[in-house]
Amino acid sequence: MKHVEVLGTGCKKCVTTAESIERVAQELGQSVEVIKVTDPAKIMAYKVMSTPAVAIDGKVVHSGSIPERNKIVGWLES
Amino acid sequence: MFEIFTRLANWLAYDLVGLNPDTKLGSSLHFFIEDTSKILFLLIVMIYLIALARASLNLERVRAYIQQKHRVMGYVFGSGFGAITPFCSCSSIPLFLGFTSAGIPLGITMAFLFTSPIINEVAVIMLWSLLGWKFTLAYIVIGMVVGIIGGMILDAVKGERWLKDFAAKAYQAAASETREHEHEVDVPEAPKLTLAERHQFAKDELREIVGRIWKWVLIGVGLGAALHGFVPDGWFAENLGSGQWWSVPAAVFAGLPLYSNATGVIPVMESLIVKGLPVGTTLAFCMATVAASFPEFIMLKQVMTYRLLAMIFVILLANFMVVGWIINGIGPWLFAGF
Repeated sequence: MKHVEVLGTGCKKCVTTAESIERVAQELGQSVEVIKVTDPAKIMAYKVMSTPAVAIDGKVVHSGSIPERNKIVGWLES
Repeated sequence: MFEIFTRLANWLAYDLVGLNPDTKLGSSLHFFIEDTSKILFLLIVMIYLIALARASLNLERVRAYIQQKHRVMGYVFGSGFGAITPFCSCSSIPLFLGFTSAGIPLGITMAFLFTSPIINEVAVIMLWSLLGWKFTLAYIVIGMVVGIIGGMILDAVKGERWLKDFAAKAYQAAASETREHEHEVDVPEAPKLTLAERHQFAKDELREIVGRIWKWVLIGVGLGAALHGFVPDGWFAENLGSGQWWSVPAAVFAGLPLYSNATGVIPVMESLIVKGLPVGTTLAFCMATVAASFPEFIMLKQVMTYRLLAMIFVILLANFMVVGWIINGIGPWLFAGF
Protein backbone atom coordinates (compact mmCIF):
# COMPACT_ATOMS: atom_id res chain seq x y z
CA MET A 1 0.00 0.00 0.00
CA LYS A 2 1.30 3.42 -0.97
CA HIS A 3 1.78 5.96 1.74
CA VAL A 4 0.81 9.40 0.36
CA GLU A 5 1.39 12.65 2.23
CA VAL A 6 -0.13 15.94 1.14
CA LEU A 7 1.98 18.79 2.53
CA GLY A 8 0.39 22.14 3.17
CA THR A 9 -0.58 24.47 5.97
CA GLY A 10 -4.26 23.84 5.49
CA CYS A 11 -5.43 25.93 2.56
CA LYS A 12 -8.24 24.92 0.25
CA LYS A 13 -5.90 23.73 -2.49
CA CYS A 14 -4.34 21.18 -0.14
CA VAL A 15 -7.73 19.71 0.69
CA THR A 16 -8.59 19.52 -3.00
CA THR A 17 -5.27 17.80 -3.70
CA ALA A 18 -5.86 15.14 -1.03
CA GLU A 19 -9.39 14.54 -2.27
CA SER A 20 -8.40 14.11 -5.89
CA ILE A 21 -5.65 11.63 -4.98
CA GLU A 22 -8.15 9.58 -2.99
CA ARG A 23 -10.65 9.69 -5.84
CA VAL A 24 -8.13 8.61 -8.48
CA ALA A 25 -6.91 5.78 -6.22
CA GLN A 26 -10.46 4.54 -5.83
CA GLU A 27 -11.04 4.63 -9.59
CA LEU A 28 -7.88 2.59 -10.13
CA GLY A 29 -8.93 0.19 -7.40
CA GLN A 30 -5.76 0.86 -5.40
CA SER A 31 -5.65 1.11 -1.67
CA VAL A 32 -3.65 4.11 -0.52
CA GLU A 33 -3.23 5.91 2.73
CA VAL A 34 -3.55 9.68 2.26
CA ILE A 35 -2.39 11.86 5.15
CA LYS A 36 -2.53 15.64 5.29
CA VAL A 37 0.64 17.04 6.84
CA THR A 38 0.12 20.53 8.26
CA ASP A 39 2.97 20.69 10.78
CA PRO A 40 5.38 23.40 9.54
CA ALA A 41 8.42 21.59 10.99
CA LYS A 42 7.61 18.45 9.00
CA ILE A 43 7.03 20.45 5.82
CA MET A 44 10.38 22.15 6.37
CA ALA A 45 12.06 18.77 6.80
CA TYR A 46 10.85 17.85 3.31
CA LYS A 47 12.47 21.08 2.01
CA VAL A 48 9.27 22.12 0.30
CA MET A 49 8.68 25.84 -0.30
CA SER A 50 5.50 25.92 -2.34
CA THR A 51 2.40 24.08 -1.28
CA PRO A 52 0.39 21.98 -1.85
CA ALA A 53 3.12 19.40 -2.25
CA VAL A 54 2.86 15.62 -2.48
CA ALA A 55 5.24 13.04 -1.04
CA ILE A 56 4.88 9.33 -1.80
CA ASP A 57 6.56 6.88 0.55
CA GLY A 58 8.63 9.72 1.96
CA LYS A 59 9.78 11.15 -1.36
CA VAL A 60 8.54 14.54 -2.69
CA VAL A 61 7.12 14.11 -6.19
CA HIS A 62 5.32 17.38 -6.70
CA SER A 63 5.00 20.90 -5.29
CA GLY A 64 3.32 24.23 -5.86
CA SER A 65 -0.04 23.35 -7.35
CA ILE A 66 -2.96 20.97 -7.44
CA PRO A 67 -1.54 18.05 -9.45
CA GLU A 68 -3.17 17.09 -12.74
CA ARG A 69 -5.05 13.86 -12.98
CA ASN A 70 -2.61 12.08 -15.30
CA LYS A 71 0.25 12.89 -12.95
CA ILE A 72 -1.60 11.29 -10.05
CA VAL A 73 -2.30 8.20 -12.15
CA GLY A 74 1.41 8.02 -12.97
CA TRP A 75 2.42 8.07 -9.28
CA LEU A 76 -0.11 5.49 -8.23
CA GLU A 77 0.68 3.07 -11.03
CA SER A 78 4.44 3.21 -10.83
CA MET B 1 -6.25 54.32 -25.95
CA PHE B 2 -8.73 53.72 -23.14
CA GLU B 3 -11.40 55.87 -24.75
CA ILE B 4 -13.28 52.81 -25.92
CA PHE B 5 -14.16 52.01 -22.29
CA THR B 6 -15.54 55.52 -21.74
CA ARG B 7 -17.68 55.07 -24.83
CA LEU B 8 -18.88 51.67 -23.66
CA ALA B 9 -19.87 53.22 -20.33
CA ASN B 10 -21.59 56.17 -22.07
CA TRP B 11 -23.59 53.80 -24.16
CA LEU B 12 -24.56 51.40 -21.36
CA ALA B 13 -25.26 53.91 -18.58
CA TYR B 14 -26.76 56.80 -20.52
CA ASP B 15 -28.23 55.35 -23.71
CA LEU B 16 -29.25 51.87 -22.70
CA VAL B 17 -30.24 52.38 -19.05
CA GLY B 18 -31.22 55.98 -19.76
CA LEU B 19 -29.59 57.64 -16.72
CA ASN B 20 -28.72 61.31 -16.69
CA PRO B 21 -24.92 61.94 -16.48
CA ASP B 22 -25.53 64.77 -14.00
CA THR B 23 -27.24 62.58 -11.40
CA LYS B 24 -25.35 60.82 -8.61
CA LEU B 25 -26.56 57.41 -9.72
CA GLY B 26 -25.75 58.13 -13.36
CA SER B 27 -22.20 59.22 -12.66
CA SER B 28 -21.63 56.32 -10.23
CA LEU B 29 -22.83 53.71 -12.70
CA HIS B 30 -20.80 55.27 -15.50
CA PHE B 31 -17.68 55.16 -13.32
CA PHE B 32 -18.37 51.54 -12.36
CA ILE B 33 -18.82 50.31 -15.93
CA GLU B 34 -15.86 52.24 -17.29
CA ASP B 35 -13.47 51.08 -14.58
CA THR B 36 -14.50 47.44 -14.33
CA SER B 37 -14.40 46.92 -18.09
CA LYS B 38 -11.06 48.67 -18.41
CA ILE B 39 -9.46 46.92 -15.44
CA LEU B 40 -10.70 43.45 -16.33
CA PHE B 41 -9.54 43.84 -19.93
CA LEU B 42 -6.08 45.04 -18.89
CA LEU B 43 -5.76 42.35 -16.24
CA ILE B 44 -6.54 39.53 -18.62
CA VAL B 45 -4.05 40.72 -21.24
CA MET B 46 -1.26 41.67 -18.83
CA ILE B 47 -1.47 38.71 -16.45
CA TYR B 48 -1.16 36.37 -19.42
CA LEU B 49 1.85 38.19 -20.88
CA ILE B 50 3.64 38.51 -17.55
CA ALA B 51 3.04 34.84 -16.74
CA LEU B 52 4.54 33.84 -20.10
CA ALA B 53 7.69 35.74 -19.18
CA ARG B 54 8.10 34.43 -15.66
CA ALA B 55 7.10 30.80 -16.20
CA SER B 56 10.64 29.65 -15.42
CA LEU B 57 11.05 31.67 -12.20
CA ASN B 58 10.61 29.41 -9.23
CA LEU B 59 11.19 29.88 -5.51
CA GLU B 60 14.29 27.69 -5.44
CA ARG B 61 15.98 29.97 -7.96
CA VAL B 62 14.80 33.13 -6.20
CA ARG B 63 16.19 31.84 -2.93
CA ALA B 64 19.58 31.10 -4.48
CA TYR B 65 19.75 34.61 -5.99
CA ILE B 66 19.05 36.16 -2.62
CA GLN B 67 21.63 33.96 -0.88
CA GLN B 68 24.32 35.13 -3.28
CA LYS B 69 23.84 38.76 -2.35
CA HIS B 70 25.72 40.61 0.32
CA ARG B 71 23.76 41.74 3.30
CA VAL B 72 22.58 45.20 2.26
CA MET B 73 21.71 44.17 -1.29
CA GLY B 74 19.97 41.17 0.24
CA TYR B 75 17.21 43.40 1.59
CA VAL B 76 16.74 45.11 -1.76
CA PHE B 77 16.65 41.78 -3.58
CA GLY B 78 14.40 40.20 -0.96
CA SER B 79 11.93 43.00 -1.33
CA GLY B 80 12.24 43.09 -5.13
CA PHE B 81 11.65 39.37 -5.49
CA GLY B 82 8.73 39.68 -3.09
CA ALA B 83 7.23 42.07 -5.60
CA ILE B 84 7.68 39.92 -8.71
CA THR B 85 7.46 36.34 -7.46
CA PRO B 86 4.03 34.81 -7.76
CA PHE B 87 3.07 33.13 -4.56
CA CYS B 88 -0.11 32.40 -2.71
CA SER B 89 -0.45 33.62 0.85
CA CYS B 90 -1.17 30.08 2.03
CA SER B 91 2.45 29.29 1.06
CA SER B 92 3.96 31.96 3.32
CA ILE B 93 4.90 29.52 6.08
CA PRO B 94 6.69 26.95 3.88
CA LEU B 95 8.37 29.86 2.10
CA PHE B 96 9.42 31.45 5.37
CA LEU B 97 10.90 28.18 6.60
CA GLY B 98 12.52 27.43 3.26
CA PHE B 99 14.37 30.77 3.42
CA THR B 100 15.16 30.55 7.12
CA SER B 101 16.48 27.00 6.95
CA ALA B 102 18.79 28.12 4.12
CA GLY B 103 20.38 30.65 6.46
CA ILE B 104 18.78 33.76 4.92
CA PRO B 105 18.49 36.37 7.70
CA LEU B 106 15.02 36.96 9.16
CA GLY B 107 14.96 40.58 8.01
CA ILE B 108 15.58 39.66 4.39
CA THR B 109 12.89 36.97 4.45
CA MET B 110 10.49 39.45 6.01
CA ALA B 111 11.41 42.12 3.43
CA PHE B 112 10.16 39.58 0.90
CA LEU B 113 6.95 38.89 2.83
CA PHE B 114 6.24 42.58 3.62
CA THR B 115 6.53 43.72 0.03
CA SER B 116 4.79 40.73 -1.52
CA PRO B 117 1.17 41.72 -0.74
CA ILE B 118 1.76 45.40 -1.51
CA ILE B 119 3.30 45.05 -4.96
CA ASN B 120 2.14 42.59 -7.56
CA GLU B 121 1.35 42.80 -11.24
CA VAL B 122 -2.36 43.25 -10.60
CA ALA B 123 -1.80 46.24 -8.30
CA VAL B 124 0.63 47.84 -10.74
CA ILE B 125 -1.69 47.42 -13.73
CA MET B 126 -4.61 48.90 -11.83
CA LEU B 127 -2.65 51.85 -10.48
CA TRP B 128 -1.22 52.62 -13.88
CA SER B 129 -4.61 52.64 -15.57
CA LEU B 130 -6.37 54.57 -12.79
CA LEU B 131 -3.78 56.97 -11.41
CA GLY B 132 -1.00 57.24 -14.00
CA TRP B 133 2.68 56.33 -14.08
CA LYS B 134 3.97 58.88 -11.56
CA PHE B 135 1.77 57.57 -8.83
CA THR B 136 2.49 53.95 -9.80
CA LEU B 137 6.22 54.55 -9.55
CA ALA B 138 5.83 56.24 -6.16
CA TYR B 139 3.74 53.31 -4.95
CA ILE B 140 6.35 50.75 -6.04
CA VAL B 141 9.18 52.68 -4.38
CA ILE B 142 7.19 53.03 -1.17
CA GLY B 143 6.19 49.37 -1.14
CA MET B 144 9.82 48.34 -1.45
CA VAL B 145 11.05 50.87 1.11
CA VAL B 146 8.50 49.65 3.66
CA GLY B 147 9.79 46.09 3.14
CA ILE B 148 13.49 46.97 3.15
CA ILE B 149 13.38 49.25 6.20
CA GLY B 150 11.09 46.86 8.06
CA GLY B 151 13.51 44.00 7.42
CA MET B 152 16.56 46.03 8.44
CA ILE B 153 14.98 47.06 11.73
CA LEU B 154 14.06 43.44 12.50
CA ASP B 155 17.67 42.35 12.00
CA ALA B 156 19.02 45.35 13.91
CA VAL B 157 17.08 44.27 17.01
CA LYS B 158 18.07 40.61 16.36
CA GLY B 159 14.48 39.52 15.88
CA GLU B 160 15.56 35.94 15.12
CA ARG B 161 15.92 35.39 18.88
CA TRP B 162 12.16 35.21 19.08
CA LEU B 163 11.50 32.67 16.40
CA LYS B 164 9.87 29.44 17.49
CA ASP B 165 12.52 26.94 18.63
CA PHE B 166 12.54 24.62 15.62
CA ALA B 167 12.81 27.54 13.21
CA ALA B 168 15.56 29.23 15.22
CA LYS B 169 17.58 25.98 15.30
CA ALA B 170 17.23 25.46 11.57
CA TYR B 171 18.39 29.03 10.99
CA GLN B 172 21.39 28.74 13.31
CA ALA B 173 22.53 25.49 11.73
CA ALA B 174 22.33 26.89 8.22
CA ALA B 175 23.76 30.30 9.11
CA SER B 176 26.93 28.88 10.68
CA GLU B 177 27.45 26.70 7.63
CA THR B 178 27.02 29.64 5.22
CA ARG B 179 29.60 31.64 7.15
CA GLU B 180 32.16 29.03 6.20
CA HIS B 181 31.32 29.02 2.49
CA GLU B 182 30.22 32.56 2.08
CA HIS B 183 28.11 33.37 -0.98
CA GLU B 184 29.01 30.17 -2.77
CA VAL B 185 25.54 29.24 -3.79
CA ASP B 186 24.76 27.96 -7.24
CA VAL B 187 21.58 29.15 -8.80
CA PRO B 188 19.72 26.11 -10.11
CA GLU B 189 19.35 26.20 -13.87
CA ALA B 190 16.16 27.60 -15.26
CA PRO B 191 13.89 24.82 -16.41
CA LYS B 192 13.87 24.86 -20.22
CA LEU B 193 10.30 25.42 -21.26
CA THR B 194 8.77 25.16 -24.69
CA LEU B 195 6.38 27.84 -25.87
CA ALA B 196 3.50 25.41 -25.40
CA GLU B 197 4.50 24.82 -21.77
CA ARG B 198 4.76 28.56 -21.16
CA HIS B 199 1.34 29.04 -22.70
CA GLN B 200 -0.10 26.32 -20.45
CA PHE B 201 1.46 27.95 -17.38
CA ALA B 202 0.18 31.40 -18.36
CA LYS B 203 -3.30 30.04 -19.02
CA ASP B 204 -3.41 28.36 -15.60
CA GLU B 205 -2.11 31.52 -13.90
CA LEU B 206 -4.68 33.64 -15.68
CA ARG B 207 -7.52 31.37 -14.64
CA GLU B 208 -6.23 31.15 -11.06
CA ILE B 209 -5.63 34.88 -10.55
CA VAL B 210 -8.73 36.20 -12.31
CA GLY B 211 -10.84 33.57 -10.54
CA ARG B 212 -9.47 34.78 -7.23
CA ILE B 213 -9.65 38.56 -7.74
CA TRP B 214 -12.66 39.36 -9.90
CA LYS B 215 -14.88 39.74 -6.83
CA TRP B 216 -12.38 42.15 -5.31
CA VAL B 217 -12.34 44.23 -8.47
CA LEU B 218 -16.14 44.50 -8.41
CA ILE B 219 -16.27 45.33 -4.69
CA GLY B 220 -13.41 47.82 -4.90
CA VAL B 221 -14.69 49.58 -7.99
CA GLY B 222 -18.22 49.50 -6.56
CA LEU B 223 -17.06 51.29 -3.41
CA GLY B 224 -14.97 53.66 -5.48
CA ALA B 225 -17.96 54.37 -7.71
CA ALA B 226 -20.21 55.09 -4.72
CA LEU B 227 -17.63 57.51 -3.31
CA HIS B 228 -17.26 59.03 -6.74
CA GLY B 229 -20.95 59.70 -7.20
CA PHE B 230 -22.10 60.48 -3.67
CA VAL B 231 -19.23 62.32 -1.96
CA PRO B 232 -18.90 65.89 -3.25
CA ASP B 233 -15.59 66.84 -4.88
CA GLY B 234 -13.13 68.25 -2.40
CA TRP B 235 -15.12 66.96 0.60
CA PHE B 236 -12.07 65.48 2.31
CA ALA B 237 -9.99 68.58 1.63
CA GLU B 238 -12.63 70.71 3.32
CA ASN B 239 -13.24 68.38 6.25
CA LEU B 240 -9.76 67.07 6.89
CA GLY B 241 -7.95 70.23 5.93
CA SER B 242 -4.81 69.93 3.89
CA GLY B 243 -3.59 66.87 5.73
CA GLN B 244 -3.40 67.48 9.47
CA TRP B 245 -0.76 65.24 11.00
CA TRP B 246 -3.31 63.08 12.81
CA SER B 247 -5.12 62.16 9.63
CA VAL B 248 -2.26 59.73 8.85
CA PRO B 249 -2.42 57.62 12.04
CA ALA B 250 -6.21 57.82 11.86
CA ALA B 251 -6.06 56.38 8.33
CA VAL B 252 -3.68 53.61 9.44
CA PHE B 253 -5.96 52.55 12.28
CA ALA B 254 -9.02 52.75 10.04
CA GLY B 255 -7.29 50.47 7.53
CA LEU B 256 -6.13 47.85 10.05
CA PRO B 257 -9.39 45.99 10.71
CA LEU B 258 -10.19 46.04 7.01
CA TYR B 259 -8.74 43.05 5.29
CA SER B 260 -8.47 43.34 1.57
CA ASN B 261 -5.92 42.73 -1.12
CA ALA B 262 -4.44 45.46 -3.25
CA THR B 263 -6.98 44.79 -6.00
CA GLY B 264 -9.89 45.82 -3.82
CA VAL B 265 -8.25 48.92 -2.35
CA ILE B 266 -6.80 50.63 -5.40
CA PRO B 267 -10.10 51.74 -6.99
CA VAL B 268 -11.11 53.14 -3.60
CA MET B 269 -7.79 54.99 -3.41
CA GLU B 270 -8.45 56.62 -6.74
CA SER B 271 -11.76 58.01 -5.54
CA LEU B 272 -10.34 59.13 -2.19
CA ILE B 273 -7.58 61.10 -3.89
CA VAL B 274 -9.92 62.68 -6.41
CA LYS B 275 -12.18 63.74 -3.55
CA GLY B 276 -9.30 65.57 -1.93
CA LEU B 277 -7.83 63.15 0.65
CA PRO B 278 -4.08 63.86 0.81
CA VAL B 279 -2.01 61.30 -1.10
CA GLY B 280 0.13 60.27 1.90
CA THR B 281 -2.93 59.69 4.06
CA THR B 282 -4.52 57.62 1.29
CA LEU B 283 -1.39 55.53 0.86
CA ALA B 284 -1.10 54.94 4.60
CA PHE B 285 -4.69 53.69 4.60
CA CYS B 286 -4.02 51.42 1.65
CA MET B 287 -0.84 49.89 3.12
CA ALA B 288 -2.53 49.24 6.46
CA THR B 289 -5.38 47.46 4.72
CA VAL B 290 -3.22 45.36 2.43
CA ALA B 291 -0.01 44.59 4.28
CA ALA B 292 -1.07 44.21 7.91
CA SER B 293 -3.77 41.60 7.91
CA PHE B 294 -4.80 39.45 10.82
CA PRO B 295 -5.10 36.19 8.85
CA GLU B 296 -1.46 36.63 7.84
CA PHE B 297 -0.39 37.23 11.44
CA ILE B 298 -2.27 34.19 12.68
CA MET B 299 -0.39 32.15 10.09
CA LEU B 300 2.99 33.53 11.13
CA LYS B 301 2.19 32.53 14.70
CA GLN B 302 3.19 28.99 13.70
CA VAL B 303 6.82 30.03 13.38
CA MET B 304 7.09 33.11 15.62
CA THR B 305 6.50 33.96 19.23
CA TYR B 306 3.99 36.65 20.21
CA ARG B 307 6.81 38.97 21.07
CA LEU B 308 8.22 38.87 17.55
CA LEU B 309 4.75 39.21 16.02
CA ALA B 310 4.03 42.28 18.14
CA MET B 311 7.37 43.74 17.12
CA ILE B 312 6.63 43.22 13.43
CA PHE B 313 3.21 44.75 13.86
CA VAL B 314 4.61 47.89 15.49
CA ILE B 315 7.39 48.23 12.90
CA LEU B 316 4.84 48.02 10.09
CA LEU B 317 2.50 50.59 11.63
CA ALA B 318 5.36 53.00 12.27
CA ASN B 319 6.55 52.55 8.69
CA PHE B 320 3.11 53.30 7.24
CA MET B 321 2.80 56.46 9.30
CA VAL B 322 6.24 57.77 8.42
CA VAL B 323 5.58 57.07 4.74
CA GLY B 324 2.23 58.86 4.98
CA TRP B 325 3.75 61.94 6.59
CA ILE B 326 6.64 62.13 4.16
CA ILE B 327 4.40 61.81 1.12
CA ASN B 328 1.98 64.40 2.49
CA GLY B 329 4.96 66.67 2.96
CA ILE B 330 6.42 66.29 -0.51
CA GLY B 331 3.14 65.38 -2.27
CA PRO B 332 2.28 68.81 -3.67
CA TRP B 333 5.69 68.91 -5.30
CA LEU B 334 5.71 65.25 -6.36
CA PHE B 335 2.28 65.17 -7.91
CA ALA B 336 2.11 68.67 -9.31
CA GLY B 337 -0.50 68.66 -12.03
CA PHE B 338 -1.84 65.31 -10.88
